[in-house]
Amino acid sequence: MNFEQLSVLRPDLAFIAHWIGNGTQVLDLGCGDGVMLDYLQSDKQCGGYGIEIDDDKIPECIQRGVSVIQRDLEAGLAIFADNAFDTVLCLSALQMMKNVEGVLRDISRVGREAIVSFPNFAYWPHRIALLRGRMPVSKSLPYEWYDTPNLRCATIKDFEELAKEVGLEVIECMALDDGQPVSFLPNWRGSLAVFRLRKRYAQQAIRL
Amino acid sequence: MNTLGIVAPQSMFFSTPLPLQSGATIADYTLVYETYGSLNADHSNAVLVCHALNASHHVAGSYSEDASTKGWWDNMIGPGKALDTNKYFVIGINNLGSCFGSTGPMHTNLATGKPYGAHFPVVTVEDWVQSQARLADALGIQQFAAVMGGSLGGMQALAWSILFPERLRHCVVIASTPKLTAQNIAFDDVARQAILTDPDYHGGDFYEHGVVPKNGLRVARMLGHITYLSDDDMAVKFGRELRSGAYQFGFGIDFEIESYLRYQGDKFSEYFDANTYLLITKALDYFDPAKDFGGDLTKTLSCTRAEFLLVSFSTDWRFAPERSHEMVQALVNNKRTVTYAEIDAPHGHDAFLLDDPRYMNVVSAYFARAYQEIDGGSLKVGASA
Repeated sequence: MNFEQLSVLRPDLAFIAHWIGNGTQVLDLGCGDGVMLDYLQSDKQCGGYGIEIDDDKIPECIQRGVSVIQRDLEAGLAIFADNAFDTVLCLSALQMMKNVEGVLRDISRVGREAIVSFPNFAYWPHRIALLRGRMPVSKSLPYEWYDTPNLRCATIKDFEELAKEVGLEVIECMALDDGQPVSFLPNWRGSLAVFRLRKRYAQQAIRL
Repeated sequence: MNTLGIVAPQSMFFSTPLPLQSGATIADYTLVYETYGSLNADHSNAVLVCHALNASHHVAGSYSEDASTKGWWDNMIGPGKALDTNKYFVIGINNLGSCFGSTGPMHTNLATGKPYGAHFPVVTVEDWVQSQARLADALGIQQFAAVMGGSLGGMQALAWSILFPERLRHCVVIASTPKLTAQNIAFDDVARQAILTDPDYHGGDFYEHGVVPKNGLRVARMLGHITYLSDDDMAVKFGRELRSGAYQFGFGIDFEIESYLRYQGDKFSEYFDANTYLLITKALDYFDPAKDFGGDLTKTLSCTRAEFLLVSFSTDWRFAPERSHEMVQALVNNKRTVTYAEIDAPHGHDAFLLDDPRYMNVVSAYFARAYQEIDGGSLKVGASA
């Protein structure tokens, strides 16, 4: 898989891929069909693993040559050593976690850097839906309130607070809409929030 | 579904003594095996399938039109199946000490002129792997595309990756474990006690008495069978169903589950050898490759070079998913290429022998991917990693 193919298939992932260095070790949490790792392995010589729970996705990952481990994210990170990865990806998966804080702490334990994305609940069409008295249903939140796998609703501002709380420092924060960065009023106009994070040094010092 | 049709076993005699882990030696021995598909020109498409406790070299195909002669993994292996014999050359080998043709306790010990009986040396998983490697040598296979097995067969695949790191590119370990738990060993010993205390066992020399310790074998099999099924599976299949609709107020068969287990036990005691049962359960109990590394599985697997596929089944309490997690963790610690599928299936340990599309799709995708290395010509057979 090359960059062109990734850009067509998943523009959001193509944007995020810029942040991942050549030859680095990557853990992709909720890796789905493995398209991101497929690209990172073939174009950027990265190594690493994907974690995925969905039975249907596992053979797809295998076909792509992605090392996938079928586990629940909330239990599955225990098998990884501290700082085992240069980058931990958690893309559009965190909002489905029961214990978001626990998963984030695990992410910061096993990775030096993390890239986390989730649907921005403060995206303007969502705000309008709420003003009209209805739960938002959009391209980024395509479910009804009663059948959504998204247990957590967060905005860009909300997430910044939790990231700090678990000892992660925000290196970059982007809002994307249709895979393109939104710089003007991001918490209004971005449907997908993307955070690039790293462990805060103070936190590392305490651990040492 | 395509089938291999009628297959036939072959055998090979080895006159070079095989030193065993116990310190004993087998002077000479015969291994019975079957092959399916054809070996390609550079001998890079061979897959060794290792068998579990009561299985054999007869992995796939049939011996006659009778469906009951089908190989034990015929649903997995054949033309167009998950392990596709149109692409791969598949080998099943009967292990030493077994009762399906390879040298075992019922065969004549040339040193005494009598059947080995209980004097057949205790063989380990590693001993089996060493003997399998000799057969591979004889067949001209320097490096397997994959070594694969379920349960005890998975232990052999794992042992291959440790003993002969360069001789397999893929290691497929299904419903297996890096060592037995105390509970596993306990079950095995109860089974052994059933056999050892059967008056017809005669210290292992029952052949010359013209009897078979059937009762011991029956109880051993009944017990084993319970551990291969899950509680839920048994509840669904049998529940508290009564054989004849009412309690009999005696010690005969009341419940369907009793009838089923007794039938399984009876059938098993007709064809399985008591000494083989003892030997194989000991091989299970002894398997613990991390023992030489202070129990550190990560260190144990640091020598491996293969890529791994591990599969476990959620309701398998004999070799639970946690045992596979231990192997995955040790492989990840070594930065090995490892894929792990945990199939949420209700059938307990037996699930590894059954058709579950999720399971079959995983294995099928894995072998399809591995074949790209062979077909794409990216391989250098025998090259060290």
